[in-house]
Amino acid sequence: MTGVPFAPPEASNFAREIDALFYALLAFSFALGLFLTVLVIRYAIKYRRGSGANRQGKRMRNLPLEVAWTSSSLVVGIVLFGWGAELYMQRFHPPTNALHILGVGKQWMWKFQHPGGQREIDELHVPVDEPVIVELASEDVIHSFFVPAFRVKQDAVPGMSTNVWFTATKAGTYDLFCAEFCGTAHSAMAGNLVAMTPQDYAAWLEKQPTVDSPVAEGAALYRALGCSGCHEGRGAVRAPDLRNIFGHPVALANSSTTIADTAYIRDSILDPDKQIAAGYAPIMPAFAGLIGESELMDLVAYIESLSDKGAPS
Amino acid sequence: MTARAIQPHSYLGEDWGIAAWLTSTDHKRIAWLYFVAITAFFFLGGSMAVLIRAELVTPAGDLVSDDNYNRIFTIHGVVMVWFFLIPSVPATLGNFLLPLMIGARDLAFPRLNLASWYVFVGGSLFTLFAILMGGIDTGWTFYTPLSTMFANGWVTTAIAGVVIVGFSSIMTGINFIVTTHTLRAKGLTWFRLPIFVWTLYATSLILVLATPVLAAVLVLLALDRVAGIGIFDPALGGDPLLYQHLFWFYSHPAVYIMILPGMGVVSEVIPCFARRPLFGYTTVALATIAIAVFGFLVWGHHMFVSGQSAYAGLVFSLLSYCVAVPSAIKVFNWSLTLRKGEISFEAPMLYALCFMALFTFGGLSGLFLAALAVDVHLTDTYFVVAHFHYIMVGGMVTAYMAGLHFWWPKITGRMYPELPSQIAASILFVGFNLTFFPQFILGFLGMPRRYHAYPAEFQIWNDLSSAGALLLAVGYAMPLFYLGWSIFRGAPAPDNPWGATGLEWQTSSPPPAGNFAQTPVVDRPPYDYELPEGLE
Amino acid sequence: MANATESIAFDTAARERQADRLGMWVFIASEALLFAAVILAYLVVRTHHGAAFAAGSKELSFGLGTTNTAVLLTSSLAMAIAETKVDERNGLRASRLLLAIAAGLGALFLAIKFAEYHDEYARGLVPLFGWPFTYGGADQRGVALFFDFYFAMTALHALHLVLGIVTIAGIALLWDRSGTATRRRRTTAVALYWHFVDVVWVFLYPLLYLINR
Repeated sequence: MTGVPFAPPEASNFAREIDALFYALLAFSFALGLFLTVLVIRYAIKYRRGSGANRQGKRMRNLPLEVAWTSSSLVVGIVLFGWGAELYMQRFHPPTNALHILGVGKQWMWKFQHPGGQREIDELHVPVDEPVIVELASEDVIHSFFVPAFRVKQDAVPGMSTNVWFTATKAGTYDLFCAEFCGTAHSAMAGNLVAMTPQDYAAWLEKQPTVDSPVAEGAALYRALGCSGCHEGRGAVRAPDLRNIFGHPVALANSSTTIADTAYIRDSILDPDKQIAAGYAPIMPAFAGLIGESELMDLVAYIESLSDKGAPS
Repeated sequence: MTARAIQPHSYLGEDWGIAAWLTSTDHKRIAWLYFVAITAFFFLGGSMAVLIRAELVTPAGDLVSDDNYNRIFTIHGVVMVWFFLIPSVPATLGNFLLPLMIGARDLAFPRLNLASWYVFVGGSLFTLFAILMGGIDTGWTFYTPLSTMFANGWVTTAIAGVVIVGFSSIMTGINFIVTTHTLRAKGLTWFRLPIFVWTLYATSLILVLATPVLAAVLVLLALDRVAGIGIFDPALGGDPLLYQHLFWFYSHPAVYIMILPGMGVVSEVIPCFARRPLFGYTTVALATIAIAVFGFLVWGHHMFVSGQSAYAGLVFSLLSYCVAVPSAIKVFNWSLTLRKGEISFEAPMLYALCFMALFTFGGLSGLFLAALAVDVHLTDTYFVVAHFHYIMVGGMVTAYMAGLHFWWPKITGRMYPELPSQIAASILFVGFNLTFFPQFILGFLGMPRRYHAYPAEFQIWNDLSSAGALLLAVGYAMPLFYLGWSIFRGAPAPDNPWGATGLEWQTSSPPPAGNFAQTPVVDRPPYDYELPEGLE
Repeated sequence: MANATESIAFDTAARERQADRLGMWVFIASEALLFAAVILAYLVVRTHHGAAFAAGSKELSFGLGTTNTAVLLTSSLAMAIAETKVDERNGLRASRLLLAIAAGLGALFLAIKFAEYHDEYARGLVPLFGWPFTYGGADQRGVALFFDFYFAMTALHALHLVLGIVTIAGIALLWDRSGTATRRRRTTAVALYWHFVDVVWVFLYPLLYLINR
């Protein structure tokens, strides 16, 4: 970290491609800016008051010229749009074999949990060359997960689940920021993202205190909160069987159908009356306000693990 | 000049009592009331900016506490956006000039005009009260649920101030629209209107149609704090993204409220000092309306990483590039206006050229932010801060300075001193770039905005920026002194010192209470600078 | 007297009346966006909580809501007649009476609305100010959001109605002191506003009362 920095490190699969567009934009802006500057300075000198320049053939307008620069501006705009859009859409298509990490923003810290249950705060260790999805939630206000070296950023919104994925390409320690203003210690809600070789990562995981994985913790909660009482069909109350529900279509009481994705399962725990499964009485208590974001994520992870379409963990 | 003997008394000369000023419905005097109010707010907001830059000289948060830092940048944003930028050109220069430029005796509703100033002051008192009592720490965007559940400041009071000031904007907007429709002088057809009038008209449309949405969303937010309504509160089943959508539905067009009148000023100044008609007048007029219309359709580009759908992102990005086109066209038109002109470089022209450069830089940096994937990296960093300061401060405030100097002789009847003004314009240009260009680099490096403390690797660029801010402060303070001096000691101004063509130059400097001794009749196109000099 | 203008900007009273009318239309456009923003928010939240909004709507008093719709439409009729009368040679006196009737019906609307609010408070349906919200059915949170919107939207509308009544009262009180041209200008302008407030209700009524019928 010596010398004057001009650009952040390029350390993820996105970095190089996004930088290509960034530098293309920079070149275009520089060229156009230089052209206009030179043009205006040239006119300012040549046609300064009292100069002997030839002023014959003044024109108030030149329609072909105006049409030309209007349409070329539009073409440039559409090209830039297409380029940016193509890269942007990759955000929404993470590889299926990615490592799932849970991230919760909270005034004013980032809490992460690895698939094996290892927890860390304001620091996130990831292996290089392996796609990673960070599933984000917030316990209070809006935060934003930002790793400049990876060119990724995603808001963590309370009441919503969002995610961000990347593949680290270079081992190293990088800045991790909260980019959405979140109150008093916003600028202290920062830390490090440590990218390690897969071997180092495995060794690091080993060294962490042994704890339960999110799935195991979710399973424990599932029993402790009494979910299993109804949903495993042993009690008097009839509730949907949750095996193989994640990723599959669910018929709803209002005769529509939805795919049971993460958002659906979250909502069904927090606010069960919102979308009632067809054929069941709306009797499940709402858990909104009763369980925290981390617990919620653990429960969702457990229910996902019950499905053949759940993430491998 | 012999006509001067029979000119009726100037609007300034009639009655100098405080009560006379505070109850006058003359649009020219009301413009002065606004001048005083917004100048005070500009320096209040500006002093907050100085504190921000002072705090950021070192990486550690050592000058003020984090809570105070958050209050400072919130006050800076709230004051600059709602109490300076939005009323700046329309309520001062626009108020003064619109009737003069269209050959009218006053605005259509003079009492509504005066009322709008009182509403403005009334609203500003709420916000000042909130600031004095301990401030607000939500950022000027008041994002939920931070502003509803977690902020402890005087949020509701500050919001009340902003909503009330919004009514003042709407009153001004209605007045301008009706005036432009009903009070144009004989022969002054729409396509003979100066571009400044076109931009005021477009601005008024946005004021009238966007401000109520802000009022609605802020009232709902205040109801959340006061009554516990849950519309934006995720804990009660509400939707915080809905707040962002509605907020930016106003606040993006608000950017055009700020910049369009600036474009109008520059479109007056450049032809005058180049002695050339505006190149492609019709295109510039239509581009103004196009910007106003497209400006309503791009709000979602503030939300590419907010969790809104990918397809919304695509639509908003494409539309953002569309709104860039009319802005680009205008820059080309101003540049070509200089061709084969007879250019001179008095202060208004220097400011106008500064505007062109800074607005172009700001506009080009907008192309980066509209590119979806690049915006993911740059949004909520200093790149965005630099971008909108280039547009709003580099663009809008510079244009305001251009207009202030250009029409100063008309407004006060005195010439401003030329050399200090040219020096101030040059200092402003250098100081501005030194302040804000490093912030582009900071943003690309990844420094998030609204950071009270930052990693040490960002220090060099922050220090350059803070040094620039000092210079910039000098550039803005100078006019306060020499313009103030010139009101009393400046050389008396002739009626038309620049040989300009607008109707406002056909009356005396300063104009009489009813603006024109005889109602003018218009029989030529605007920017008619083809005539030999001296023939007016 | 008939030709006197209020603003020095105008040459003729006819032109000024045109300007007033245009100004009121622009103001109405502005107001329309105010309500549009709230209605849009309502529609967005309803997509998340459709069943709850339908259930909440059932709790409202269909009878009182419908009566109020009739009251307000009748009031608009009175206003429409007042506006035509004011331009007739002998219609000024009738016009003032009709203005008073329109305002009176507006006040009746507010009274009925207040009775409705009171009833809803008594039944524990006001999820505001920490008052008890005792709705017993499914999805209490969603139903509370419906009532949030119901109170916000109807209160915003009622506020506009109050402003309209005050304006009409002002015009009526100044009636004898103003010239014919002024009376006509003011009646035209306030009539436009009054019809607008009426039209807003025509949107709110189905959105709040009829969505589940």
